[in-house]
Amino acid sequence: MRRQLPLALVFIFGVFMIVQYFVPHEYSEWVYEFLLDWITIIGIFALALGIYSLTHVSMGKIRNRTPNWQYAIVTMLGLFVMIYFGFTARTGDSWGLYFVALVALTLGISSLTWGAVETQASRRKIGFAAGLGLLAVFVLVAVFDPSWKFYFYTSEGLQSAMFRNFFDYIMIPIQSTMFSLLAFFIASAAYRAFRARNILATLLLASALIVMLRFNPFLGPVGEYIAQTANWLLNVPNLAAKRAIVIGIGLGIVATALKVILGIERGYMGRG
Amino acid sequence: MNIFDRMMLLDRRWVFLSLVIVCVVSYIIPFQIPIMVTDEVESIYDMIDTLPEGEIVLLAMDFDPSLLAELQPMTYAMAEHAFRKNLKVIFVTLSQNGPGMVDQAIREVADSVRLDRTYNGVFYKGKEIVNGEDYTFLGYKPYFALIILGMGQNFRIPFPSDYYGTALDSIPMMKGVLNYDQVACVVDICGGNVVDAWISYGQGRYNFKLALGMTGVMAADYYPYLNSGQVVGIMGGLLGAAEYEQLTDNAGLAKDGMRVQVFAHLLIILFILMGNIGYFMSQRDKRKLGR
Repeated sequence: MRRQLPLALVFIFGVFMIVQYFVPHEYSEWVYEFLLDWITIIGIFALALGIYSLTHVSMGKIRNRTPNWQYAIVTMLGLFVMIYFGFTARTGDSWGLYFVALVALTLGISSLTWGAVETQASRRKIGFAAGLGLLAVFVLVAVFDPSWKFYFYTSEGLQSAMFRNFFDYIMIPIQSTMFSLLAFFIASAAYRAFRARNILATLLLASALIVMLRFNPFLGPVGEYIAQTANWLLNVPNLAAKRAIVIGIGLGIVATALKVILGIERGYMGRG
Repeated sequence: MNIFDRMMLLDRRWVFLSLVIVCVVSYIIPFQIPIMVTDEVESIYDMIDTLPEGEIVLLAMDFDPSLLAELQPMTYAMAEHAFRKNLKVIFVTLSQNGPGMVDQAIREVADSVRLDRTYNGVFYKGKEIVNGEDYTFLGYKPYFALIILGMGQNFRIPFPSDYYGTALDSIPMMKGVLNYDQVACVVDICGGNVVDAWISYGQGRYNFKLALGMTGVMAADYYPYLNSGQVVGIMGGLLGAAEYEQLTDNAGLAKDGMRVQVFAHLLIILFILMGNIGYFMSQRDKRKLGR
C-alpha cells in the first residue's frame, strides 16, 4: 500500500492534468484551480521545512564547533532579525523601546542557543535562565510599549524603515558586490582560456571577439560589418544549435513525465 | 622566460588592477557612447509605445539584487516609458528577493515621473503616480510556474490581495481585470529560469504578447523563441537597456554604464590577443628548438 498509493495518486493527477489542458469546461477549470491551491499549500509546508532545516544545520555547526562555526551564528541572527523587522513597525514617530526589545530578543535567543549547545550543566542552566529572562523582558516591552507593534496579517512590517533599510543598504550591496567580482574572474579566465589551440577553439575565440566588439563605437565603418556578423552569428548558427537543444530538452521532459506518470521512474519516492 | 612567455603567463593581479583602472577612469570621465538600436529591442519599444492610454502592462521583475546593475536600468526605463504614456502597470515578482527591489523601483520611478520632461521632442508634464490607479504591485509568491498558471485563470487565485494588503477587488485599476486577457502585454525581466516558465506555461498556454529583458549571457539562449514569434523582443543586458533608453530618449543608468562596459570589453580583448600572440610565438620558438 505504501508503494501503490503514491503511484496511483501520481497516475491519476498526472493523467488528469494532461486531459484537463484540452478540456476548457467549467468543472475542469474548477478542479484545476483547486489543485493549484493545493500545490501552494504544500509549498508553504516546504518553506517551514526549509527554515527548520537551516536552523537545525546551523545549530549543529555551533554545537559541534565545525570549522567557521561562527558564521552559523551570523546566519541565525540574520534569519531572526529580518523576521522580526518584517513583522514589526512603529506606530508613531518615536521608536520607543523598539531596539531594547530587539536586543533582548536577540540576546535571549542567543543565550537559549548557548544553553542548548553547552555541555557543562551549570553553564546550561545559566544560558537557559538568561535566555528566558531576556525573552521575558522582550515580551514585557512588546506588550506595554505603544510606539511599535506586531503586524502578522498585514504588510506594515514589510514597509517599515528597518526592513527596507536592511534590504536596501545591506542585502542589495552585498549581492551586487559578490556578482560584480565575477567581472574580474571572467577577465582573468578569458585571458588564460581563450587560446586558438585548434580550429574549434579558434572559431569560439573569433565568435566571442565579434560579439564583444559589436556596437563598439570606436571601430568606424568596420563596426557596422562586425555588428552584422554578430547578428548573423546570433540568428543563424546560435539559433540552429539552440533550437536543436530546446527540442531535445522538450522531448526529454515529455519522456520523463510519462515515465513518472506510468510509475516507471520512481525516484521521487526515495528509491529507484 | 622570454617576453612571449611573460605575455602568456601574466599574473592575474595585473589583470584585476588593469580592469579596476579602466572601469574607474571610464566611469569618472564624462562622455557618451553612441548606441545603435537592434530590431529585437525596437520591437519591445514599439509594442509599449503604440498601446492606447489606460492599457495594462504586466511587468514581472524576476531577479535578485545580484543582477541589479544589469537589469534594474531596463526596468526603470520601461516603467517610466509606460507611466509617461499613461499606461497602467501591474508589477509582480517571482523572485524571493524581488519585493524589496520592486518597491525601490516604484519609489524611484515615481520620483522621476514627478518631474516635467521632454523626450523625443514630446513634452511630458510631471505627475504623481498613484498606487491602485496607475499601478498595482501584486507581491511575491513561491513556485513561479504555478503562479504564472494561476494568474492565467484569475489574478486573485495566487494574489487575493496586493503587496500592501489591499484586496484586489477593491483596487480601482484591477476592477474587471481577471487574467492575462485584460493585459495588453507581459514583460518579464529576469535573470534565471523563471523566463522558461513564462514562455512555456504563460505565453504557450495563454497566448499573450511576451517581451523579455535578461542578462547579457542569457540572451543568446532565447533567440529561438524570438524567431518563432513566441517572444516579441529581447533586451539583453546593459546594452539592451541602453538601447531602450536611447529609444525613449531618457538617458539613465544603462547609457552611463555602457561607457564602462565598452572599455572593459576592449581591455579583455586586448588581454586575449596578448595571450594568443604569446602562445603562437612561444609555440613557434618551441618548434624551432625541436628542429
